[in-house]
Amino acid sequence: MDILSLFVVAPIITVAALLFTKNLQQSRVVALIGSLVQFGMSINLIFAYLAERATGNTSIMVFTKSVVWFKSLNIRYDIGADGITVFMIILASLVVLAGVFISWKIKDLPKEFFISLIVLATGVYGFFISLDLFLMFLFFEVAVIPMYLLIGIWGSGPKEKSAMKLTIMLMGASALLLVGLLGLYFYSSPDGNYTFNILEIAKVNIPAQVQHYLFPVVFIGFAVIGALFPFHTWSPSGHASAPTAVSMLHAGVLMKLGGYGVFRVAMYLLPIGAKEWSWFFIILSVIGVVYGALSAIKQTDLKYINAYSSVSHLGLVLFALLMLNKTAWNGAILQSLSHGFMTALFFALIGMIYERAHTRDVRELGGLLKVIPFISVIYVIAGLASLGLPGFSGFVAEMTIFVGAFQNVDIFHRVATILGVTVIVITAVYILRVVGMMLMGPLKKEEYRDFPKATWYEKTGIFLMLIPIIIIGTTPLWISDIIMESIKPFIERML
Amino acid sequence: MNLEMFLKMQNELLLVGLLLAVLIGEIITSQKSKVKLINVTIIGFALVTLIGFIYQPTQGSIFGGMFRTNALIQLLKNGLNVGVLIILMQSAGWLKESLVPQKKSAEFFMLMFSSVIGLNFMISSGDFLMFYVALELSTLPVAALASYNAYKRQSAEAGIKLILSATLASGLALFGISFLYGATGALYFDDMANLLQMSNLTILGLVFFFAGLSFKVSLVPFHFWTADVYEGSPINVTSYLSVISKGAAVFIMMFILFNVFKAFTSIWQPMLYGVAIATMFVGNLFALRQQNLKRFLAFSSVAQAGFMLLGILNGGVLGATSVVYFVLVYMFSNLGAFGVVQAISHKTGKENMKDYEGLYRTNPLLSLIMMLGLFSLAGIPPVAGFFGKFFLFTAAAGKGYYILVFIAVVNATISLYYYLKVIRAMFLRVSDNPIPYFKNDIFMKLGLASAAAGILVLGLYSPLFEYVQSISNLIFN
Repeated sequence: MDILSLFVVAPIITVAALLFTKNLQQSRVVALIGSLVQFGMSINLIFAYLAERATGNTSIMVFTKSVVWFKSLNIRYDIGADGITVFMIILASLVVLAGVFISWKIKDLPKEFFISLIVLATGVYGFFISLDLFLMFLFFEVAVIPMYLLIGIWGSGPKEKSAMKLTIMLMGASALLLVGLLGLYFYSSPDGNYTFNILEIAKVNIPAQVQHYLFPVVFIGFAVIGALFPFHTWSPSGHASAPTAVSMLHAGVLMKLGGYGVFRVAMYLLPIGAKEWSWFFIILSVIGVVYGALSAIKQTDLKYINAYSSVSHLGLVLFALLMLNKTAWNGAILQSLSHGFMTALFFALIGMIYERAHTRDVRELGGLLKVIPFISVIYVIAGLASLGLPGFSGFVAEMTIFVGAFQNVDIFHRVATILGVTVIVITAVYILRVVGMMLMGPLKKEEYRDFPKATWYEKTGIFLMLIPIIIIGTTPLWISDIIMESIKPFIERML
Repeated sequence: MNLEMFLKMQNELLLVGLLLAVLIGEIITSQKSKVKLINVTIIGFALVTLIGFIYQPTQGSIFGGMFRTNALIQLLKNGLNVGVLIILMQSAGWLKESLVPQKKSAEFFMLMFSSVIGLNFMISSGDFLMFYVALELSTLPVAALASYNAYKRQSAEAGIKLILSATLASGLALFGISFLYGATGALYFDDMANLLQMSNLTILGLVFFFAGLSFKVSLVPFHFWTADVYEGSPINVTSYLSVISKGAAVFIMMFILFNVFKAFTSIWQPMLYGVAIATMFVGNLFALRQQNLKRFLAFSSVAQAGFMLLGILNGGVLGATSVVYFVLVYMFSNLGAFGVVQAISHKTGKENMKDYEGLYRTNPLLSLIMMLGLFSLAGIPPVAGFFGKFFLFTAAAGKGYYILVFIAVVNATISLYYYLKVIRAMFLRVSDNPIPYFKNDIFMKLGLASAAAGILVLGLYSPLFEYVQSISNLIFN
């Protein structure tokens, strides 16, 4: 078994083991062991990756493996990893692990909950390691479908509606994506030896005319799950209704599939289309960035605030990718990672507050710093990271993005960048507003005094998210070096 | 004519033998042992199915080309046999408890087997006359089966509706065939393929023939009988109509369009294009509001037929492969869903979506099988339907029908909405009055398990697709 296939096999084994568990105690232990193993594997993966690169292996993808699956259509189980993949996998495994801790006391149907969670994780890992578009598409849908059950069964509020909306919108996007992928397939070879393999399609020059039509299709197909304006509407309601761990996974990992797919497939395989269309999608992403942030100011539900902030932050990822230079791309990857940890942390904290106060309305909360100091302090830290305080990951990522964006000297990109930069201020507004209303001031209600302290499993979940934020924030160079290394093929192809 | 030539009709002969055995068994057994007769018949049919897999008849044609067989036809026959076997296993309980007291259990088998024989002859036919006779043989017994719930008004209505529309359909097909015969003087598929020339008369012949066959596949606008007949018929007859009969009809439609009307490709491709869009939209949009699960699955199966047309539009090996593969996949998926509906309807008489609320908490296994079937119909990975649909779309995109593929995937998304509605009822909702836990008999368990196994295995196991590809490559290239 190669090192990457394990990321598909280990979750499947975990699911199989979960099938035999009988109660909450058993299933959470099994899920914990499974996700710990996955986390261990991802840590092992980064060291293996560095060792592999140190031996002088400069191929685009390492740890590749290719098994023929459907021979007549040339569909293969093609997997491989570069630096970006490795970091995405670490992000995913950490969030899953934290998600298991946060769901330690899940009440209803625990076995089914953890199974859906791990199936979702399988889809995510599979998506990241796929080099074959068919395989990638398959894992994409595997990752989306459990969301329906996760939100629908264990969610709160208008859960059925939100779950349906999310699933239908994401599946509709994947419908668009499917058309694009089939287009890529049939233009992957002039003589009938079609292939779904990304690296092989990259060797073919797809005619500019075709790229002109294919690029928006593939781009939107992926970008919907990356919350591209105006296709972001599934995200706030989905987040708001989802249970805590699912919000974490959803915002922290699942939405990253969008940016990753846009970068790896749409832009890498259709470079001419990307250049042609970038202005249009830059406009959309800037609208998303500013609109998401402004909406977050106005919201009162904590989860909605965070969901809109996600729309804004992930808009920045697409924005940076479309800036078409290596600094901005580097920033986009860093932002993906940083946002993944930050949002997951936020949602975890919101879940803990909600469990104690049974409300997520900031107007009804106040003075929480006095009763749950640990959670509140972490909330402040997460907020500061989110608004880009130096020393945390948000600063590094956003700084890189805007430095990259500013390298485009023409007036359009300048204006777009300046509009984008305003988000830093707006973010500060909505973060500090929440901190002020919810954590400071006098205690709103007397019964808040009896709030229990953070438990060990909550603390573990929090630290699992907080540590990476600080690592990215304080020692970003080694990470961006690895990312830069992996961006090289993109630079060669596009710039 | 020696024995070996005769054995090309192995499947049909075995079925006729089984039918006669049931007839004799019905006469010589007492009323008390009728239940045993049902078991024996099902086991007998299982043996027939097994023999079909073990002894492959040699390729070729007999009766001067009226009857022909090849590996692809044999594969489809075997597949249909498996489907019928699953249906029989799923209906064993209903047969024993409802039909034995009415003394109608053996007739059920005889009618069902006659229809299967008709279908087998139909997909093996090499001549329009043979095709027509087989079409009638496959349809008429089903009309009797549709009205089998003698004490239900709807069932009688279903029988009448089916026979009326089937007669009209076969009349239309015959009308079209007569045009073609008039233009060419030939009835054999091969002769006609060589002799057919583009003229208004032959085009009209093609259109009428296609319309007649469209009834059987329930393509829009020839689908009006579907919902009422599916709802009124006993569930096993519904699943037979929607799976076996439809699958065979799609196959022969594809075969005739590819071979006989090869020169007319420029005519039938736009025709199919329009029909496919109409079929998918009508099927899906009507399914959205259905509450009765049989009606719901009826419209879903109308929409699925629209997807199959995408493969036929390809007009080549990839199209043939994807259609045959999809028919097999669709068979298992639909039988999984219908099997659960059958089990619940038989035990509790409930068929509405609302009754399924909270089913997962009382009957988790049934709910999971239903979920598998519905996910497969919706085309969600990693179950078989995903692969089936993906290959159909690939086949259509291969000929440059990107817009049609887009319309189809939009429809797949619409269909996901209503499939999720059933899943919502079973998994998300909690009911005060859920369907209580019940145990199924051994045959039902086997039937459901084999459908579920098919749904799980068929997609991920690529050699099946490769096999279909290799044999259709031999035939259509």
